Amino acid sequence: MSAENGRLPMRDALQVATVGLRARPLRAALSALGIAIGTAAIVGVLGLSASSQAGLLAEIDRLGTNLLTVEAGQRLAGGDAELPLEAPARITHLDHVQQLAHTGLMKDRKVYRNSMIPKGNSGGLEVRATSLNLLPVLNTGVAHGSWLNEGTARLPVAVLGSVAADRLGMDRVRADQRIWLGDQWFNVAGILKPTPLEPDIDSSALVGYPAAQQYLGYVSLVRGEEQAGPPSSIYVRTATGEEAAVQSLLARTANPEAPTEVNVSQPSDVLTARAAAAGAFDSLFLGLGVVALIVGAVGVANIMIISVLERRSEIGLRRALGATQGQIRTQFLAESILLAVIGGVVGVLAGVAATAVYASVKGWAVVIPVEAWSGGIASALVIGAFAGLVPAVRASRLPPTAALRTV
Amino acid sequence: MSAAPVLELEGVSKVYREQPPVHALHGVTFSVQRGELVAIVGPSGSGKSTLLHVMGTLEQPTDGVIRINGVEASRLDDRALSLLRAREIGFVFQQFFLAEHATVRENVADGLLYAGVPAAVRYMRADEALERVGLADRATFKPTRISGGERQRVAIARALVGRPAIVLADEPTGNLDSTTGASIMGLIHELNADGATIVMITHDAGLADQLPRRIRMLDGRVS
Repeated sequence: MSAENGRLPMRDALQVATVGLRARPLRAALSALGIAIGTAAIVGVLGLSASSQAGLLAEIDRLGTNLLTVEAGQRLAGGDAELPLEAPARITHLDHVQQLAHTGLMKDRKVYRNSMIPKGNSGGLEVRATSLNLLPVLNTGVAHGSWLNEGTARLPVAVLGSVAADRLGMDRVRADQRIWLGDQWFNVAGILKPTPLEPDIDSSALVGYPAAQQYLGYVSLVRGEEQAGPPSSIYVRTATGEEAAVQSLLARTANPEAPTEVNVSQPSDVLTARAAAAGAFDSLFLGLGVVALIVGAVGVANIMIISVLERRSEIGLRRALGATQGQIRTQFLAESILLAVIGGVVGVLAGVAATAVYASVKGWAVVIPVEAWSGGIASALVIGAFAGLVPAVRASRLPPTAALRTV
Repeated sequence: MSAAPVLELEGVSKVYREQPPVHALHGVTFSVQRGELVAIVGPSGSGKSTLLHVMGTLEQPTDGVIRINGVEASRLDDRALSLLRAREIGFVFQQFFLAEHATVRENVADGLLYAGVPAAVRYMRADEALERVGLADRATFKPTRISGGERQRVAIARALVGRPAIVLADEPTGNLDSTTGASIMGLIHELNADGATIVMITHDAGLADQLPRRIRMLDGRVS
């Protein structure tokens, strides 16, 4: 047998370190609870913000980032500018433009549930003329009923955006469904799904350009001829990766005479910004988690100090059985770390479970950042070491004879 | 080596630096040979507990020399002293000091925990030691489920499990009724007959008179 007795074998050391936990499991559980709550809060906050961000990014991915919007801006002299009637046709000729749709906002036309509604109660809804290929370009679809076609585009027929339908009190499409649009009745053909890339469409009633010209007087004169238009928004799908190149040309192409009166934007930017905001975790809850961790640490330190006082005779006995000061110190330090890490692991599991439940309810992917769970367990470890250090040193310095003195 | 006493004290003094200083031991000199059964007897306050702690290397003497199996204890550091206690000295206390959440076998095996003995060997030796004290059938019990006399037998088994050079027993019958105490004394005699060197501390002169050798303490001196 060697004379080396500095350290117990790992298994023995672990068994000795769990003596206190096994002797008083309820107390151990309660003192680990504080750390568990703190870790759960931190992991939950980080996990939820990461998951909600992942959800938004997935949505952006689905909608595509290659959509550009061209809109009429402001005149240099003041007042609203208009896009030229032929802007869509010109943009089509640009390289890397794959698809293009457009709508024309009729500012003086409003939509109501019926003819009895006072004029002022327009509910913030807009009336737009639309090209027929709007849905594929915006990557949206019809929730109820049907979209416009060549025939219905010429008739007093409208399709409602999701918000518009909601405000007009419609959750489905019936055959005789009508709305009061521009001082006449329009039939409702369908209701659209939400369009996250262009929220304006959600609060619009959409009609065909021919119908807009015929029933709503939405015309401009081109060389003495009446034509429906002009469009106010043009939606352009570009080849992926060529967004910037196309974007730089759009204003000049849409309105060569006054490119400054054209606004060009990338709607997915808004969603990307929202995703970044969602990724920024809630610092209030994070702060609460840290406070809970600190309280937990104080709890563990407190329990360890009490434990050393209570277990004086155990310490004395172990010294009599041949434990060195270092072995006593290691025992109590390991016990404290073990206690804190158990709390940390339970907390991480609880935080992950909370994130998983919430994310799956919201339909997001469950994302637990590595820093969240590894940081949670690591901070529990550090807390355990910190909280246990003073009690462990005290235990090791207890003179064996004092420890053996009867209570 | 075989001639060397198991335990030797030469002019051992212990002064506790309190106000006023307490002279617990004054020049105590004696030695214990292998296989002896010795009683250290004296009234309370005579210094027997301090003597036990000093013999057990739990406390360093202020002055004088202690040798255990020829090794001078006062020259050793904490590690070496701990190993000496783990290998050469077995303790039996009045209050037993058993771990209540652990089984009888685990308690006995703990006697070898710090001696660098692998777990399997510890448990094997624990079973042997339990056999020696007549508790083989209690190995899986928790200490709370056995009687006081059985608990002291477990503590004695724990002291013997490492086959120490010397067993130091501090009032081993102090917490027991007279019948149980008598059976523990019977066990101590038996173990001594089997070769164990035992030093027993007691305030009970009648008990001490049963033992072959007595060292009487009074006011910190051997009288």
